[in-house]
Amino acid sequence: MTLNPDWRPSASLDTLRLRARILTQIRAFFAARGVLEVDTPLLGAHTVCDPHLDSLSTRYTGPGAPHGATLYLQTSPEFAMKRLLASGAGPIYQICKAFRDGEAGRLHNPEFTLVEWYRPGFDHRRLMDEVDELVSMLLSDHVSLAPSERLSYQQAFLRHAGVDPHRAALDDLQAALRAHGAVCELAGRDALLDALLTHCVEPHLGQGRLCFIHGYPASQAALARLSAVPGEDYLVAERFELYLNGIELANGFHELGDAAEQRQRFSAHNAARRHGGKPELPADERLLAALVHGLPDCAGVAVGFDRLLMLACGAPHLASALTFPMDRA
Amino acid sequence: MATYSTNEFRTGLKVMLDNDPCAILENEFVKPGKGQAFNRVKLRNLKTGRVIERTFKSGDTLEGADVVDQEMQYLYNDGEFWHFMMPDTFEQYSTDSNVVGDARKWLKEQDICSVTLWNNVPLMVSPPNFVLLKVVDTDPGVRGDTSGGGGKPATMETGAVVRVPLFIETGDLLKIDTRTGEYVSRAKE
Repeated sequence: MTLNPDWRPSASLDTLRLRARILTQIRAFFAARGVLEVDTPLLGAHTVCDPHLDSLSTRYTGPGAPHGATLYLQTSPEFAMKRLLASGAGPIYQICKAFRDGEAGRLHNPEFTLVEWYRPGFDHRRLMDEVDELVSMLLSDHVSLAPSERLSYQQAFLRHAGVDPHRAALDDLQAALRAHGAVCELAGRDALLDALLTHCVEPHLGQGRLCFIHGYPASQAALARLSAVPGEDYLVAERFELYLNGIELANGFHELGDAAEQRQRFSAHNAARRHGGKPELPADERLLAALVHGLPDCAGVAVGFDRLLMLACGAPHLASALTFPMDRA
Repeated sequence: MATYSTNEFRTGLKVMLDNDPCAILENEFVKPGKGQAFNRVKLRNLKTGRVIERTFKSGDTLEGADVVDQEMQYLYNDGEFWHFMMPDTFEQYSTDSNVVGDARKWLKEQDICSVTLWNNVPLMVSPPNFVLLKVVDTDPGVRGDTSGGGGKPATMETGAVVRVPLFIETGDLLKIDTRTGEYVSRAKE
């Protein structure tokens, strides 16, 4: 009988030791700044209805749900953490698992670890400073980094794709995509922008340095506030992403606190899901109630911990940072 | 033929793209955290040999291509067509020089090679990785020189010209690596 070697972890034991050390550093970083560690459920009665996020779900049957109830594995702890913020928790962070259906590949595993935190009184710019400090500190022993860079989404597109993401016509976006050799049938502005982002822009971002991208199109605001751009007639989302060596490491928002607008976004997201042939999902009324009660003005961010570890050890594949990725779980 | 979604794409899968049969070489899943998922796919067009890159929305599908590799015996060339035979069924296939391509210089009658069939028609012929061929013409050998330094051209019985060590004589049987076209060693009959 030959034993299949896939019983072994795909991460080396050295990487696992580094993982533990970085987790300790993260906890020390937040402890020193008075940010409280919290723990919220991975299973929830509701989940996000983002058009491009798919939740895994499971069934619970027993006391409290005699006929069985669907529970969703959280795609991020965002809703629960916002309910804590609205109840007056102050600055909080969490290191937890998150789950996404349909995502597996060199940089994706359906189950992964997030470091997510919220800072009352911060806007997205101030939170970018803090993300920069934390990530630079964590990577400094392992990777040499040039000074960090900040680009607007528009600057990044103009530089690397040669189009203005806010103003270019659909045909121009399609032509830019073709010029970069990416042929595919896409309907809609955001799909074209996503294709340009992944093909032409992302690979150049943050080569040897942390690169923050901010000011996303309003249609890609997710749960970020919108703000006017001086001298322009469009709004941008107060959202940022962090890249290192072309790899997306973090996503942050100046958080939307307005319950009515949040409800509108839920229904817009559900409309997009319907359009894309995905099931609609009910809005999380407990989150909306928390927003009605009042979310403190805050910014929040989620850092992909496994990708951070992967970059710290210079590995080309997320599996090098995971004990047992899906194909050996 | 079955259709395959991007979730089923894997290296070696044969699919139809722009009406040509292709083999998938690489398949990478890419997705911005909040955005649309794509598969960046590298494929080899099995008719032209060219490598192409295509992007698909995750969930898109392609039709499978009826492409199989068959071990066949090379029989002979009648001046226009090359003839092959399935060793077990004796079924014969013939094809022209466009399909045989560079493989022609390594094909020796009776040798077993791989014929790729698309809808049961030969699409590509691949010689074995190693072939044994006789030298039909080369400069006289330099005896005693087994250093391997230098070298000289030798014409093989199939017409291929291979760089060989100086000690090789006309009539020698040589083992050749067809992937690199390089001499490996002398062989015994």
